[in-house]
Formats: sequence, structure tokens, C-alpha cells
Amino acid sequence: MKFAIALYSPAHAPSSRRALLFAQAALAGGHEIVRLFFYQDGVHSVSSNVVTPQDELDVPAQWRDFVTHHQLDGVVCIAAGLRRGVLNTQEAERYSRPAANLAEPWDLSGLGQLHDAVQAADRLICFGGP
Amino acid sequence: MPRSLLIISRQSPWSGPSAREALDIALAGGAFDLPLGMLFMDDGVLQLMPSQRASALQQKDITANLQALSMFGVDDLFACHTSLAERGLSPTELSVEPLQVLRDQDIAALIDRYDQVITI
Repeated sequence: MKFAIALYSPAHAPSSRRALLFAQAALAGGHEIVRLFFYQDGVHSVSSNVVTPQDELDVPAQWRDFVTHHQLDGVVCIAAGLRRGVLNTQEAERYSRPAANLAEPWDLSGLGQLHDAVQAADRLICFGGP
Repeated sequence: MPRSLLIISRQSPWSGPSAREALDIALAGGAFDLPLGMLFMDDGVLQLMPSQRASALQQKDITANLQALSMFGVDDLFACHTSLAERGLSPTELSVEPLQVLRDQDIAALIDRYDQVITI
């Protein structure tokens, strides 16, 4: 089955860990992930500026390693990211901000990517909603 | 045949960016001419109240954007009857149209009818 996964919550939320576990289980079960879309506070889940205490699970690093290892399509919503200060180098320069906190493997792109994923997937699975 | 998407908006208009961000999904999808529906339920029905004074909270009013949904090709707009009743709102005094007010069992059928559902 083809899954699209959307995440709305930050790295410290249980739903971010659940989304990661679901994504790992989906691939382990032989399914395909057409795209991961990080929306709302989900953009914080992949910020490279999150510093996790040493004895806790580093969720942003896990997301990064998972997506890199499996060469998945990880998209961070640009409007949600700008609003919350999650910027790649290009956007940090565009808005004259002192630093970027979004790097490889993440793409900063628009909501069209969510709709595109909805069209390509058999199931859209969302984590961290109300 | 494109897959249909139901967006369920469940947050009040001024409790954070959620109402705005649910609406943005609808507007973006409307631009691609996709089959979309939008259902307001729980505190999300408060987005439909007329005469809101967003500026009193130093917020931007999204009412005009909600009213523009049909212009963007999103005509299938629904509100939950139970959520309206719980908040003392009358289905006849809402600011967005066309709007269908649905009972609980019809909402279950509505969700069933769509290929995908996103809740914000």
C-alpha cells in the first residue's frame, strides 16, 4: 500500500514519535511512503536546532536518519515553517534572518505537495491533530 | 479520477493558526481543481459566526477567506449540527454559504464518501 504521512506536532510530542514508528513499520511491512509532509507545529520536528538531552530520544535526528537512509521525500510546509521560524538557507537569506535551521534531507515547499501526496497515496495518515 | 479529500476543521478561529492552516489546505487544493469538502465541527463551527471582531484580538479575520471558498471551487461545505447546538449557534445565522448542516449519522456517511480525510 502507498502511504502519505502528515505530521502536525513538534519533536517533543508523543505523536511525532508515533509517526516515526508508524513510518518505520510501514516500510518494514513492505509498504511504500510516497511523501512525509510536515505541517503546523510538525515543522519543529525536523528543525536542526533542536537539542535533545543525552538520555532522551533525539527525534529530529531519527527523522533525518530515517528519511536519508530510505531516500524518502520529506517536505516541510514553507508557510508553516516561515511562521514558526523553521528556515532553510535560502529563506533565511531572503528574509534577512541570522541563521537557517533546516538542511538536508528536507525540502521546504508548498501545500500543493500535500495535495499531490494525497493524490498519489492509497491512504493519508495524519499524526498530531486535535 | 482524482482522489477526494475532506478537510475537517475543529479549532476555534482565534485559538491559534489552526483555523487559518486548515483553510489554507482547502484554498491550495481549490487552486488545483481537486474534489474537496470542508467540514466544520467542534470549536471549528465558531469560525462560521458572523460579526467577529478579529482586530480586537489583533488578529486577521478569516471570514472573508472562508466566504471565498466557493469562488475557489470548494462548494462542499458542511457544519456539524451537534457542535452548533452545543455552542448555542443557530444554523441560520452563519456567515458562510453554501453550507449544509449535518446530523451525526450523516457526518459518518460524509466521511465514508471521501477517499482521504485530514483533520486539523
